[in-house]
Amino acid sequence: MKVSEIQAVLGAKIFNEVDEELEVDYGYSCDLMSDVLAFVQNNDVLLTGTVNPQVVRTCQMVDIRVIVFVRAKEPSAEIIEQATDAGILLMGTHHSMYSASALLYEAGLPGEEIENDF
Amino acid sequence: MIFKYQVDAAAPELAGRASTEFKSVLKQLGVNAKIIRKISIAMYEGEINMVIHANGGEITCTVDEKQIEVVMADSGPGIPDLDLAMTAGWSTASQEARELGFGAGMGMPNMKRFSDEMDVKTKVGVGTTLTLRFNL
Repeated sequence: MKVSEIQAVLGAKIFNEVDEELEVDYGYSCDLMSDVLAFVQNNDVLLTGTVNPQVVRTCQMVDIRVIVFVRAKEPSAEIIEQATDAGILLMGTHHSMYSASALLYEAGLPGEEIENDF
Repeated sequence: MIFKYQVDAAAPELAGRASTEFKSVLKQLGVNAKIIRKISIAMYEGEINMVIHANGGEITCTVDEKQIEVVMADSGPGIPDLDLAMTAGWSTASQEARELGFGAGMGMPNMKRFSDEMDVKTKVGVGTTLTLRFNL
């Protein structure tokens, strides 16, 4: 799914610009960064209500290029700059995590399947 | 090749900088993307632990033809019960760490899961040295 479609489905605000038009294959919704590190395997958009520099760092580690902050949360200027440097696009939506996930799923974006082998 | 990184716990917002920098090095060296991902995740978890539990420390990464070794050494409080620390879901992280999105008790299990070999030497009151090895 293209970022432009995510933006339209969620009525999302875009906080920064990156060089290319990004596209994602799956969605993952999570506030726990350790879970993101543990379970994200594919080219996902991350939906999260956690807003701090470690969210961007975590996405850098697992090659997530698109982050949507839910519940109308806004990143600081420092976080926006960090994301731009890392080539990560930041978006925001007023929807809750549940509703935003449901809207994207309904629009055809599947969820990342968890392989929990602990 | 050896790469050394200082981890500063006084600036938690910078946690992950060492892992980010080493990830760039690995990309430049042309290491397989799947291996880079495993190393990045495991090293980042370790770096976060050094910041939230151990007042920072030093990370030494050694790259040779067959493997990559990441040694994370701190002079923090040590781990009193290593088996418990290795249990998924167990955490002693502060509220501050939890607000950053960590402290879910997944750090140590993640490091074990994403590395080919993990060795922990720890002594209460002295510190912890965690070694992760990744086969190339």
